[in-house]
Amino acid sequence: MASKVVNDFSIIVGTVNGSGSSTANNTILRALFKMGIPVSGKNLFPSNIQGLPTWYTIRVSKDGFTARRDEQEIVVAMNPASFARDLASVVPGGAFFYADDIKQPVTRTDIAVYPMPVKQIVKSDPNIPSDYRDLVGNMVYVGVLAQMLGIDINTIQAALNFHFKGKQKPIAMNFNTVKAAAEWAKANLEKKDPFYVEPMNKTEGMIMADGNTAAAIGSIFGGIQFAAWYPITPASSLAESLNEYLPELRKREDGKHTYAVVQAEDELAAIGMAIGAGWSGLRSMTSTSGPGLSLMTEFAGLAYYTEIPIVVWDVQRIGPSTGLPTRTSQGDLTFVNFMGHGDTQQIILLPGNVNECFEFGWRAFDVAEHMQTPVFVLSDLDMGMNQWMSKPFEYPKTPMDRGKIIWEKDLEELKGNWGRYLDKDGDGIPYRTVPGNKSPLSAYFTRGTGHDEYAKYSEEAPVWHRNMERLKKKYETAKQYVPKPVLHSLKGATVGIIGFGSTEAAILEAQHQLAAEHNIKADFLRVRAVPFTKEVEAFIKQYDEVFIVEMDRDGQLNQLLTIEYPEYAMRLKSVAFGDGMPASAKWVREGILAKHGTVKPSAAKKAAKTAAAAKPRKEAKPKKVAAKTKPAGKTSKGKK
Amino acid sequence: MATTLPMAGTTAQINLAGLAKNDYRGAPTTLCQGCGHNSIANQIISALFEMNVVPENVVKFSGIGCSSKSPTYFLNRSFGFNGLHGRMPSVATGALFGDQFLKGIGVSGDGDSASIGMGQFKHIVRRNVNMVYIIENNGVYGLTKGQFSATAEVGLQLKKQGTNQYMPVDICMEALASNATFVARSFAGNPKQVKELLKAALSHNGLAVLDIVSPCVTFNNQTSAYHSYTWGKDHEEPLHDITYVAPRNEIILEEEMKAGEVREVTMHDGSVVILKNLDKDYDPTSRFEALRVMEEAERNNWLVTGLLYVDTDKPSLTEMYDLVDTPLNRLGDADLRPTPDMIDKVNALMF
Repeated sequence: MASKVVNDFSIIVGTVNGSGSSTANNTILRALFKMGIPVSGKNLFPSNIQGLPTWYTIRVSKDGFTARRDEQEIVVAMNPASFARDLASVVPGGAFFYADDIKQPVTRTDIAVYPMPVKQIVKSDPNIPSDYRDLVGNMVYVGVLAQMLGIDINTIQAALNFHFKGKQKPIAMNFNTVKAAAEWAKANLEKKDPFYVEPMNKTEGMIMADGNTAAAIGSIFGGIQFAAWYPITPASSLAESLNEYLPELRKREDGKHTYAVVQAEDELAAIGMAIGAGWSGLRSMTSTSGPGLSLMTEFAGLAYYTEIPIVVWDVQRIGPSTGLPTRTSQGDLTFVNFMGHGDTQQIILLPGNVNECFEFGWRAFDVAEHMQTPVFVLSDLDMGMNQWMSKPFEYPKTPMDRGKIIWEKDLEELKGNWGRYLDKDGDGIPYRTVPGNKSPLSAYFTRGTGHDEYAKYSEEAPVWHRNMERLKKKYETAKQYVPKPVLHSLKGATVGIIGFGSTEAAILEAQHQLAAEHNIKADFLRVRAVPFTKEVEAFIKQYDEVFIVEMDRDGQLNQLLTIEYPEYAMRLKSVAFGDGMPASAKWVREGILAKHGTVKPSAAKKAAKTAAAAKPRKEAKPKKVAAKTKPAGKTSKGKK
Repeated sequence: MATTLPMAGTTAQINLAGLAKNDYRGAPTTLCQGCGHNSIANQIISALFEMNVVPENVVKFSGIGCSSKSPTYFLNRSFGFNGLHGRMPSVATGALFGDQFLKGIGVSGDGDSASIGMGQFKHIVRRNVNMVYIIENNGVYGLTKGQFSATAEVGLQLKKQGTNQYMPVDICMEALASNATFVARSFAGNPKQVKELLKAALSHNGLAVLDIVSPCVTFNNQTSAYHSYTWGKDHEEPLHDITYVAPRNEIILEEEMKAGEVREVTMHDGSVVILKNLDKDYDPTSRFEALRVMEEAERNNWLVTGLLYVDTDKPSLTEMYDLVDTPLNRLGDADLRPTPDMIDKVNALMF
């Protein structure tokens, strides 16, 4: 047997969708977390209620790398339908656990094989009602893995206690099965693989959460007052979390409510309601995914032009219509950037982890109300629905920024010298009143038609032009208010990497591998907002090569950067790939290696110099970057 | 609050809110001369003036179309939102959460509500948003120069469009099917009835659908057409005379209270609508009767006008949410942001 491998491997469990394995999988994840070992858990599930194969993957990493890996050392097969595929997916030297009622040949000799008498163990406990046997049966692999890997049985009990919210009956039933399975394994299985877990102290002070829950709670700490939504995977749990946490976190002595959550008839109505509420002065939001966003487009343009603050959470998935509704993506970026009728520029926030989902939950309202415009927060399925380790949520350090909103007293002081779209402060942001203001001077008419500084109807060409120029100025102002990027630097770096969102874990791991195995030292800048702040340009300037890593086909972040910084376009190299799976360090690394050195540094510098000299923005019109972008690592990003 | 005083030399009337009729007016109309919509805008002004409504307590909404332009022609002192085609209901639904003490007045058309906005129309009805929902119904798209709408009758002929072959949508029927709590129909050529129905609608707590046949003088006014003035005048069949009596105006109430002749409907705000039946003892609290009368009218080619249905027992949308007594849009950090100690409780739940 090979030497011991401790706290550094991946587990994947193949089950039947709807068989109730999520309790078992979360129990393993939480138990490992409780042991102080860095972990992450990802549900790779089909669009189906019951019956289709589904997988849950757990990454155990002493070094704190939490991205999905393409290889699995430990495979648990509970589903006859995916048995052969699961067996084939074990890396040589790995371990294969399977329910022994699956009568299929185990043909491999290069791995350790452990049959588990799932049905027998469950049947032997008279306290388990027969209709619960399949459900509790999943606990058998928890117990067997605990015994064979060395998971502390007390942490499993703690995890079950948390999961069942202290309810003794289900805790006892499940825990007894775990214990029985562990005892069976101890008596009957001989350890033939090298994988072990041992307690560490690397999760101390950390929490475990999914991005949708974090976003909902963040929104509540941001003082959310109105949400309208329509069910869509993978965004539904965000709105459902609002309903779960609002009653407790915003409880009042008089029992009355300071908020409303409305399930709308469709996404058009959801954003329409949110815009109505934002217009009337509420902290208002909606949450959706790609197909829902498509429906919201007309309203998004109207809200931009009428300058109404709303927050739209887009938990990205892949494709149109149903597409791959349970798979992750970052493919909405350029769509949202221009979302509307033409000549729109939307503000986008890009949280990169669960902690930032919480933070941007409240901050998005501040930006929206300050800027009086929609703010889109782009999360994705991987971040939104999977469990991530995270720093604890932090209470907002600044009071709520309600922006330039004026009431009766202010209007009195202004003596009528107020226009809804008047740029009094020179920052493009006008002052606004909201319905319910009792001053006879407060009202104005909101319209998609052309309007002047006093919100009066106008089709005059100069009036339209002036207004659009002010909106552009406002967008410039936004650069001061959106979150700045986060820099992960490496001493002696010669190239740059730019990414955003949930790929952070994979890029950080790839950054480490590139330095350790390929002697390529890279600084990594994680962009957190569009418009880009000045730090982004300063970063690009430093390197001859900057790799733009993202989970889509066309390299959309690369496109936006090229438009914004045409003089540096030659340095930007798109490493884009989208197949619905969460990013792995392997495809980031191989994607970068495939593009590394494809342009001679001197040529890039020369091109930039020429472009800069020729008054860049005019000359260097953004070209279709997508066309020359080859999907990176097509073979490297292996699917199971 | 500043009140508008009558100018010297005029005899402008001041209502109980201390306002003159001028305080209820809007910008000059840009619709065609003789358009039924203008007459409706005038009746909105009169109804609100006579009901002593403070304009700041009203919010106007509209979608897109000729009808939807009209909110600029009344209530300059009220906030207004001219949204997207067919999407007025969702904007209004959200906006009225901002201050639940405001009353909405929405003006839409048959294209806006019965075609592109049919879904939102039916859903705002079932949610019972506290708002008067006027549909200025002319069976035609005016602003895009005369295409058929979904309320156009079969066989209607329009220049350029030919003959309409599809069955029409009946807005009142759709409203009733969606569990509306107030459904009325009128005719723009009968301003007195329009005004009285508007007053009843404004007093209703919840969504009041007011389908007003409002002929298009430019594109759909052939004498044979359902939505024309001539057809309307000839075929109008009022259900009853309707008089709105404000709570303070007790004298008229005394006079009208004659046993056997009147049917009272108490509005949620305590005001009373008295229904005087001309032809039959019509009961507007019966949904069954309303559907029967509409079916009968359909068979006889009548235009039934009046208050078809009202239910005063259902809560409005914001009431269902049991909101705090302060308008939501006046709440600040203290009411909206959980206290710092809550963050530890939340973190303890994240495992």
